[in-house]
Formats: sequence, structure tokens, C-alpha cells
Amino acid sequence: MKTFIQQLVETPGPSGYESQVRDLVKKELEPLVDELYVDQLGNLIARQGTPGANGAKIMLAAHLDEVGVAATHIDEQGFVRFLPVGALSPLSCLGSRVQFLNGASGVIGAEGLADENKTPTFGQLFIDLGRSSRTECPVRVGDEAVFVQPFIDLGERLVGKALDDRIGVALLVEVLREIQEQKIQSPHGLYFVFSVQEQVGARGAITAAYGVDPDLGIAVDATPSGDTPAGRKLVASLGKGPAIRVRDGSTLFDPSIVDWMVRTAEAAGLPFQLEVVEKEYTGGRAIQLSHAGVPVGCLSLPCRYMHTASEMVDYRDLQNGVRLMLELLQRPFLPGRG
Amino acid sequence: MSEPVTFLKELISVAGLSGYESPVRELLQAAWRPLVDEMQVSRLGSLHAIRRGSASEPRPALLYAAHMDAIGMMVSGLLDGFLRITEVGGLDPRILPGQLVTVHARKDLPGVVVQLPAHLLPAEAGETLGKLGGLLVDVGLSASEVQKLARVGDLVSFAQPPIELSEEYLAGHSLDNRASLAALTECLQALQGRQTAWDVWFVATAQEEETFGGAQTSAFQLRPALAVAIDVTFGSAPGSPAYLTSPLGKGPTLGWGANIHPGLYRRFKELAERLEMPYKTELMPTYSGTDAEVMQIVAQGIPTMVLSIPLRYMHTPVEMVSLKDIARAGRLLAEFAVQLEPDFMDRLTWEEGE
Amino acid sequence: MATRASLANPRPPRIAEAQIRLLERLCNACAVSGNESEVRKIVLEQVKPYASEVRVDALGNVLAVRLGQTSQPLRVMVAAHMDEVGLMLVDDEGDGIFRFDVIGGLNASQLVAKSVFVGREHVPGVIGRPIRISEDNDRDEKLTLDDLRIDVSPDNAKRVKAGDYATFSTAFARLGASLRAKAMDDRIGVANLIELLRNAPPNIDLLAAFTVQEEVGLRGARVAGYALNPDLALVLDCTPAHDLPFWEGDSTAAGQENTHYNTRLGAGPAIYISDASTIHDPRLIRHLMETAEQLRIPYQIRQPGGGGTDAGAIHRQRFGIPSVSLSVPGRYIHTPASLVRLEDWKNTLRLAHAALSRLTPAVLAADR
Repeated sequence: MKTFIQQLVETPGPSGYESQVRDLVKKELEPLVDELYVDQLGNLIARQGTPGANGAKIMLAAHLDEVGVAATHIDEQGFVRFLPVGALSPLSCLGSRVQFLNGASGVIGAEGLADENKTPTFGQLFIDLGRSSRTECPVRVGDEAVFVQPFIDLGERLVGKALDDRIGVALLVEVLREIQEQKIQSPHGLYFVFSVQEQVGARGAITAAYGVDPDLGIAVDATPSGDTPAGRKLVASLGKGPAIRVRDGSTLFDPSIVDWMVRTAEAAGLPFQLEVVEKEYTGGRAIQLSHAGVPVGCLSLPCRYMHTASEMVDYRDLQNGVRLMLELLQRPFLPGRG
Repeated sequence: MSEPVTFLKELISVAGLSGYESPVRELLQAAWRPLVDEMQVSRLGSLHAIRRGSASEPRPALLYAAHMDAIGMMVSGLLDGFLRITEVGGLDPRILPGQLVTVHARKDLPGVVVQLPAHLLPAEAGETLGKLGGLLVDVGLSASEVQKLARVGDLVSFAQPPIELSEEYLAGHSLDNRASLAALTECLQALQGRQTAWDVWFVATAQEEETFGGAQTSAFQLRPALAVAIDVTFGSAPGSPAYLTSPLGKGPTLGWGANIHPGLYRRFKELAERLEMPYKTELMPTYSGTDAEVMQIVAQGIPTMVLSIPLRYMHTPVEMVSLKDIARAGRLLAEFAVQLEPDFMDRLTWEEGE
Repeated sequence: MATRASLANPRPPRIAEAQIRLLERLCNACAVSGNESEVRKIVLEQVKPYASEVRVDALGNVLAVRLGQTSQPLRVMVAAHMDEVGLMLVDDEGDGIFRFDVIGGLNASQLVAKSVFVGREHVPGVIGRPIRISEDNDRDEKLTLDDLRIDVSPDNAKRVKAGDYATFSTAFARLGASLRAKAMDDRIGVANLIELLRNAPPNIDLLAAFTVQEEVGLRGARVAGYALNPDLALVLDCTPAHDLPFWEGDSTAAGQENTHYNTRLGAGPAIYISDASTIHDPRLIRHLMETAEQLRIPYQIRQPGGGGTDAGAIHRQRFGIPSVSLSVPGRYIHTPASLVRLEDWKNTLRLAHAALSRLTPAVLAADR
């Protein structure tokens, strides 16, 4: 999986401009699925199997897009002003290298600040592409760029930009590979959705869910961990297994699905962590409110330094996440609150 | 069928937090079963109950929606035998220190919410504090007992017992919005032995306090021609701004604003006056903050109305209502359903006298 | 009346179901400083069978004497206060809504959205903020008394009036090895004093003072101390345990310790060295510690610093009265629901009884 992950994180795909990542995933999926299509917002949707008795139409969703920046103004000296695409803090931009989709690269600088101890605002930052005038500048207002950092394999831990949510993408692709390789029979009809524009409010998931019209959904995403010095009081830690999310800032996950995931992990002897987060969200909300309602769950992978150019995950959590997902998908399950 | 106040006290003695409504849904299913033709549960846990009408097919449907979920808390971490908490639904943290709660762990554990003193909090209140930062739940057990019994994701509900202040006034937690469910139940009772032309759906919606998800998906599924949200509204007291609040015991209130179809407002107003029922017009300029907000914009859109019951101390465990207002709301809803003519939709106009 | 036989062999008192039920009655009773009748009635009912003399003084203190059996027994005053912190309705705003004030040390933050009992009839009411609707952007402001009102509903507007007292309405509950109730401070001391009176050791004249108005300035204890003029005094109270964890938990780099805990639950009866109103008598402190050590009763030292007990008033009476305080640790006192451990309660009663039984004039022989 590590080679594929490296390819994924080193491919640019900011919200709204995910095609390069989508093409990479599409190539991997073609031999593995029954049906493959791209919807009008750019979501990549792959179907594997159809539901049998005791089976459901399950939508599994990971998002293709990453946070980035969008050019808002090119000044006379060729410096590019920008705004974040997705949730970014100015602090994580300082000194970063970015690359626009046309290949133009640059570095983020800051204006001199009156108070050295204060964090600059986005209005006080700019991208320097090494040109001297507006006419020489290779980008236009509206162009998007992503952060640039090489992938590092630390053995058990992996470092890279956009692990949120390329790690989820990798998990789903690996699940499909294993289904084919191990000839796994699932009672369910599986819809693997690689969605777009999640970082700007999970917009892709809205139309993907409307199109798929599933019986239940599981979002697969990265989740912030609480295992760094004096950090947010979060339960998830790297290396303790994938997290089963009970609620986040926008969704109360279906208790019967949470229960199904916990019982499956326990029966299979897989490590897991139950988590509650306050500020984060996933495409789960869009799926939950689709049509006449869809029960949703969330499998998340603990991640440090989210929405910076050097996110970090634990490879074993990914492996255990794949195992847990395979266990889940082989078990008959019908969501119900009767 | 037990007395209205007895049923309402039962409704506010169970949890039923957003996303986990089954304790209250079960009470409603038992109470409504003899009063309706059919019941079903939606995929998000809303309860749909229908009383079929007598008009010929295709028969339009009226939907009465009242949310059954209540606000509360959820365990977000364990700390030395204490429990960290996050909110479920919107909570003002200032009401929490000293509140009696129940932690729904492997078994129900009585507890109390406590505020950490300043010297145990981080020097700068920042990121690490979260929404209910500095607050913990103490269940009086040792750290190892708590580790065995509780886990992240367990619900924490208010344990304030219902307070019968008098024959007319009741206080307790979750009167938002169980008071409206009591009104819907009284409506169903008033409809016994009476005919409506339209089908009437009685829907106890899920997750209103978090996403309005129950109302949105139920309206999408049932596609009523008209929808009414029944909720609670800010009750007044001496000194409170009169234009923002409504007096207890003089209600219910009829909503007016962008979320309300003026033709529906007019029909409810005329009916209340005909019944010689006291009411107040409640101004909701843009959003009503109720299920009507989402029902109005489902699919092709639905004309909506908001009927409210005044309530003091909203979103605290000591909410207070007048039982008379609940009875009036129930009666008004019943009469509205009964007088709704089969071709009402043809007559529904925007301007008066159109 | 106590019999000779029962006086001869003081059994160490036990905490059993009957004692827990009595504590429940005491905690559920409503008795705010200046209005202690409800608890006074229970105390009088409980002590009359055991005391040779009982009287109620000018402030409402209950003074009960049980004489010793030896010659020239030490005259030992043991005090516990009957009053709790509470509220008084001060202005009728109409429609059942009343402005109110606090009596004793009560923080407004503990009052928001709580249920209360008002007056002798325990008329139910709630504390809320009727005047403003809570908005998102005002949540950083602390709520003050000015924002809050007691609401008994329009129907009860005539059943209560300005001048009526109000308390929290929390009902006593058992939580495993803990007890949760309002007014543990100091009904647990009152319960202990009743048991000591029942099981009074024969070597002392036990001068029991169930005091009033401790929470508003140790006022009952002052006059009781003057009236009884004992050789020494033991004060039984309930003291805060701030033994909560750091919000950060274990993730702080420094591995910090909570150094301002006052006392800890489960660590046994708390012996006072000094507090804001008293430097307790070292001879009596030594006596308590030696007794505890000999009988292997766990105990802890209450951290010096703020707060106070009836000892603050008693030790300054007449020519000075050697005094010491011994308390049950309690979390969240002066809030609607405080918490104590059953084990700490038992050990406090054991220690108090044993210390009284072993008192001899030698304890006070040396100078302080």
C-alpha cells in the first residue's frame, strides 16, 4: 500500500480540481469493480456486487480533495495574494512551498508585522513565484495550489501532505483489492465513492448520495489525534487502531452502526478506539440527510498535524482499518431502529 | 389512556437525546397505537403515524411534526474516574455546574456535573478546552469502576425530576419539545370518532436539535401537501422584552414570517378566533428555528406553518410550561385537521382576498 | 432517659442503615442560616432520650448535656452546625417571579437552572434567567444574581412571599460507596454529633452544641461557647475536597500535581492544623493523631489556608477555649449536590468517639 499512498499524496487535488487524483484512482479500480462512473460534480463512483438477502446497498465514501489555496490577486511585482481552500490556519502556511496545478511553484511569505508575536492573517501572506511582474506571473486569479512536501516512510509511521483523506482513499482501494484477491463474498451491494469538495463543506457527498441512494453509508476519513503534548483533549491516538466515531461536529452516527462496528472489531480481535470530536465533519452528514434519510457510520484513521503539509498517520492503523472494513462487509447487516 | 399531565411527566422522565430517541419513541408508539391507523419508523428514527382521511384518491396529506429529541451530553473521554463531556444539541455551559445527571453507561449511573477550579485549568483558555471545557461528571465511583462501566460515546441526560408546580404549571427537562408531543397526543384523542377529509401524518421527528435531519427526511419521504411544525417558544416573565417572548397560559402562538405561508397563518388565525381561543402572533422574520425551516424547502417545497407553546428557561432542566397552552394547541390542531376541505390547496392564496 | 447500663460501656457508634436514613432526613430538611427550625426539630427529637438537659437558646442553638460517670469529668463541648447556605426571596416581581439574595457563601454559577423549595411548605420553584434569552455571544459572561430569579409559577405567586427562605431541592442519594445530597455541610456533622450523644463515653461531660448561623459568621457557636464555657471543644464539620484532576490529565509535560486539594475523598477524617479563622490547639491535634495511629484509623491533614469552622468563634470565648476541628471531606459543598464517601464518614465518627473516650486532663496539662 505504501507505494500507492506515496503516489496519492504527491498528486495535487485541491477542492474542485481533483481530476489528477481521480484519474490515478480510476486506473487502480478499473480491474476491480463491476461498474465505474463519474458524476456531474466529479465524484468517482464504483459499484461492486449487488445486495442479496440480508444485504444492503452500502455507500463507502472517502474524499479525493485536499486543502489548498486559491489565488485572489496578482500584484504589480508578481506576488500572489490568496485565500485558503478548506480549513487552514495562517500559521501552517508560513514558509510553506506550494505548487499550482499548471506546475508553477513558489513559497509563502509574510508582510512585516507590527507585533512580531502575533500570528499573521491570510491578508498578510502572499505567494512568491520568483517572478518580477504581473505579466511574467504564470498563474491567474482563481488558480488553485496545493502544499508541497515529499512523502516520508518512517516505518510504522507515514508522513505526507493530504493524508487527509488519501489514507481513506488508499483504505478503500485496498479493500477492493482484497475482495478480488481473496474472492471475498459480501452479501451487500458496495458503492465505493471517491468524493470531491469535502474540505469546503462535503458538497460532493450530497450529489453522490442522491445518485447512489444507499441503505446505509460509512464515511472513511482522517481524524485528529490527542496524543501530542498539551493538545486538544481528543481520545484517538496513533497506533491504537482505527477509530469508530460516535459523533462529530455535524453528525450523530447511527447507534446501530456504531454497535455493528464495535461488535465486529471485538469478535475479530481487532484494535479500535471509540471517539467523539466536536469540530470535525465528514461526508456522513450529507449522506445521512439524503432522500428519506440514510443511517451512517464513520471509520476514521488517527492523524497528527492535520491540514498541514506534514500530516502523520500510523500504517498499522490503516492495515487494521482495512481488516475491520473487510470483516464488516462480509457480515450480514441491516440497519434498524424499530 | 392516562391523564395528559401523567403522560407528559412520563415523556420528560426518559432521555431520548438527539440521535438516540428510542426511549421516548417507545412511549409514543404505545400511546399512539390505539389512536392511529398505521405506524412506521423512518431510517433516521422518526416515528410516522397516519390517520387516513375520507376524501377520494388522490388524497392530499397534512403533516404535523414535533421533534422528540432532547438536548443533553455525551462522554468524550475518561479522566481519573471523572468523565469529560461534549454537548448533544445546543447547551449553554453556564447551566451545567451542579446539575444532576444520569450517565447511560453499561448501567445507568447517577452523577453530578462539576466545574474545575481555575488552578486545575490550563493557564490560557484556548483550543484544548473545547465546548464544555473545564466541566467533568462525577459519578461517585472509583476510577477502576468507571473504567469498567463507562466509555466514550455514552449518553448523559439531565436527571432533574418533573416538578408539578400547580395544576396548570409543570417544570422539568425536555419540555422542549415533549410538551408539543403531548399536544399532538391530545390532538389525536380529540380526533377519536371524528373524520378528516385529508390524510394526517403525525410525525415525531428525530435529531431536530442537531441537524433538523428527521423533519427533512420524513418530509421528503411522505411528501405532504401542507406541513405544520409544533415546537416551543420563548415564554415571557416580568421584565423580559415583550416583543421577543410570549406569556405562559395565554397561548399557543401562531408564527408569521418567511418560514410560514401567509394563507396558512390566516386559516389558523380565523380558526382560533372562531374557537374563542387565546393566541398570540409570534414574529419570526427570517427563520423559525423549527422543523418548518427544513420542511419548507424539501424537494419542490411545502407550504408550512409554525404553532408554538410558550416555555420559560428554554434549554435548561427547569423549563416551565402551562398545561392549558398544551391542551389548546392540541385542540387547535384537531379542529384544523377536521375543517380542512379536500380542495384547500386550490384555495390557498398568498394575499388576502385573492 | 439514658440508663445506667448503657452509660457504663460506651459502644463505639456504627454507621448502619438507621444512621444513613437519619442523614437522609437531615440533608433533605431545609434549614438556612437564621431559619433552622426544621433541623432543630429533628435534633430535639433525636437527643431528648439521651440528654439530661436540653435547651434552645436565644439564637436557636440546641444545647444538650450528657453528664459523665467519673469524678470530675472533663467538660467537653462538641459542636456541629445545623444551618446550610441558601436563599431568601427579596422582591415580588409578579407572576410568581421573585428576586432573591444568597445567604452564606453561594456562587451564582451554581444557581443557574436549578430547582428549589421555598418556605415552610417547600413550595417547588426553579431558578432561571427570565429576562434575557441566552444568545451565543454572551456565553463568555458569567451570570450574576442580578440575572437570575426564583420562579414558582403564576399559580403559586400567593403561596410564597418576600422574606421566605429557599434551598436546593436535591434529594439524598446513595451512589455506590458515596453519598450525594445537598447540605452535607454540615448535616453529616449533626448526624455524627447525634451518634456521639447516643454513645457518649463516661469519662467526659458531653456538652453538645447544635449551632445556628455558622454560614453567616459563626454566630451561634460564639454564644454557645460563651454559655457552655467548656474545658475544650471539638468541632465536627464537612470540609471541601478539591481533589479533582488537572483538565490536561497526564498529557502535561511536567507531570503536575494538584497542590490545592484541601482534602481528598477516601483519605479519612480531616484534622485541622489551621484555617482562616483558627489556629487549632496543638495538644488536641496531637491527641487526635495519636488516637488515630493507635487504632489504625486513616486520617489526613486539611491544608492550611482559607475557610473556617465554629472553632473560629469558640476558641476566642471567655479566657480562651482550646479547640480543634475534625471534618468529613466532601466534594462540591455549597452546591446543589455534594459528595462524601461512606468510609470517610465511618472513620470520622470512629475517630471522634475514640478521641473523646481517651480524653484525660493530662491532654491539656502542658501549656499550649
